[in-house]
Amino acid sequence: MRGAANRRKNRAGWLAMPMLVWSAIFVGAAILYIIVLSFLKRNPDGGGAILEFTLENYAKLLQPGYARVFWQTLKLAAETTALCVLIGYPFGLMLAKVEGRMRTFLLLLVIVPFWTNALVRIYGWKILLMGNGVVNKLLTALGIVDKPLKLINTHGAVVLGMVYGLIPFMILSTYSSAEKLDRRLIDAGRDLGAKPCKVFFTVELPLTLPGLMSGCVLVFVPSLALFFISDLLGGTSDVYVGNLVNDQLLISRDWPFAAALSVVLLLVTAIVMLIYRRAGGKASDMTLM
Amino acid sequence: MADALLRVEGLKKSFDGTQVLRDLSFEVGHGEFVTLLGPSGCGKTTTLRIVAGLLAPDAGRVVLSGSDITDAPPEKRPLNTVFQNYALFPHMNVEKNISYGLRMRGMKKAEWRPKVEEMLRLVQLEGCEKRMPSQLSGGQCQRVAIARTLILQPELLLLDEPLGALDLKLRRQMQVELKDIQKRLGIAFVYITHDQEEALNMSDRIAVMRNGRFEQMGTPEQIYDHPATRFAAEFIGQTNLLECKVEAIDEDGMVLSYAGERIPARCAEFDAKVGDRVCLSLRTERLGFGPEKCGDCCLEGTLIDRRYAGGSMRATIRLRDGHEILAMCTSAERARGEVGQRVYLNWNPAEAPVVRAEEAEA
Repeated sequence: MRGAANRRKNRAGWLAMPMLVWSAIFVGAAILYIIVLSFLKRNPDGGGAILEFTLENYAKLLQPGYARVFWQTLKLAAETTALCVLIGYPFGLMLAKVEGRMRTFLLLLVIVPFWTNALVRIYGWKILLMGNGVVNKLLTALGIVDKPLKLINTHGAVVLGMVYGLIPFMILSTYSSAEKLDRRLIDAGRDLGAKPCKVFFTVELPLTLPGLMSGCVLVFVPSLALFFISDLLGGTSDVYVGNLVNDQLLISRDWPFAAALSVVLLLVTAIVMLIYRRAGGKASDMTLM
Repeated sequence: MADALLRVEGLKKSFDGTQVLRDLSFEVGHGEFVTLLGPSGCGKTTTLRIVAGLLAPDAGRVVLSGSDITDAPPEKRPLNTVFQNYALFPHMNVEKNISYGLRMRGMKKAEWRPKVEEMLRLVQLEGCEKRMPSQLSGGQCQRVAIARTLILQPELLLLDEPLGALDLKLRRQMQVELKDIQKRLGIAFVYITHDQEEALNMSDRIAVMRNGRFEQMGTPEQIYDHPATRFAAEFIGQTNLLECKVEAIDEDGMVLSYAGERIPARCAEFDAKVGDRVCLSLRTERLGFGPEKCGDCCLEGTLIDRRYAGGSMRATIRLRDGHEILAMCTSAERARGEVGQRVYLNWNPAEAPVVRAEEAEA
């Protein structure tokens, strides 16, 4: 019996081989390459690296300028996540409460933008927010402002773009968890004498917390590395780690330093995941539907 | 009932154009056990949800202890509900579940702790306070769901098929316990079930419900022995309905004809006239048969099947017109005859009510 079970298990193991090979090449090898690269010397001509061990890439990170960029990146990710929680979590809960075709319609509103290139959509925002863009024209036409506001190339525009781009993750993650919530538990709470807001804090929130937490991770982690939103909508002071990696790679052509930046981002992501697991989150809760 | 605890008047409710409740009215007295009995989809749960305040009626009023609570939110109503499938909070242990209502009223742990203990004793769950609902059996979950409501000392408890998910043996045991608790605490119960046996042996009064209205409301004996409608006769207990014609009526009873046979019957409890089509309800357990005629109530047929069914004999008799009659006989002398033999069905006319032949319009 035991032998047969073991053989079956082994066969199942072989079936996983293609997956393992795929992961080893495209995830394992790629990360290993970046880690090795981050400890090598910069090629004076740019691009590639000289095969010589050094810690100078990491030492460079400690310079106040770069440390500030990391701090700003974390702050932006936190702002983005907080706003996504404030808007996306209630929206996800509501989505699970509406019925039938209305729900399908609202879900489509959330999902359809995914089918369009993210870069194109952010360009759309750029056009909307321009000095003589739609938003400013509307505001002046309505007499709310006298002269066009500076909307583009501001920190606010970056936050708007980030929230816009990442909020579907929060909404869908919350929705998938709220949809599984037994509505009778809310009825039971009311029936036992709790007001709607008390029912929310004692029943709905604790039971949809897995969705909220996984939504936070799904928003926070990508927002650490997104660079094109701040590139398109941000001002000169809106430089984040993602932009830095992009610049080092393509403009300064300092690959080892770009690699060191990436390794630190990977570490931050790992810490976020660790906190998530410590707080009781499961990797299997990180689903959107 | 002048001092009824709960009075429901003219309740109406539609969902997407389908009428679920049609002008429903009833009263529940203090400490009374009233059961709403009916097939699924008849509007039982809708009625209960309206009384609990979880659903707003299209028309009608709900009056509790003299005050109109039709528009009051559920948390403001001095009544509680035991939900179908329990609806225990899965993230709270037994103690937290039971104390939920008290904690929502701002009670401190020192105050609610002894009350929870008292409840655990009442429902025989001592020592389970730290367990999570997922670690409890169905019967234990049910006890927690009941304790969670009783701790609030409601005057009225609404129960939506509370024993529906339990196996038969446990269900019988819980029926006794529930009835015992209800009597001991003097709480009025409005109890939903589709199990007629449960309704018969627990209730003070039963409301037989169909298509959003009551077919009949009365004590279990009234419902069983004096069904008001064909539906009530068929839904409660097992019965054989014979469609007959009224031949004659006098003050002692009437004479019906069925397939050319004349059958004496008791008076109908509705306005029946000579020539009307009516139904004679023959309860399976009140029938007997034997190879010779006996008494006036007698129908000839062929015994086509008889099998031993534990406490009784289950026999099928085919009448001359092909109609098959099921009889459950508890004693051997009430069930005499061999399969294939001609037998005569007999019954006591006082135990065979006459009901309207037509279904009331739905």
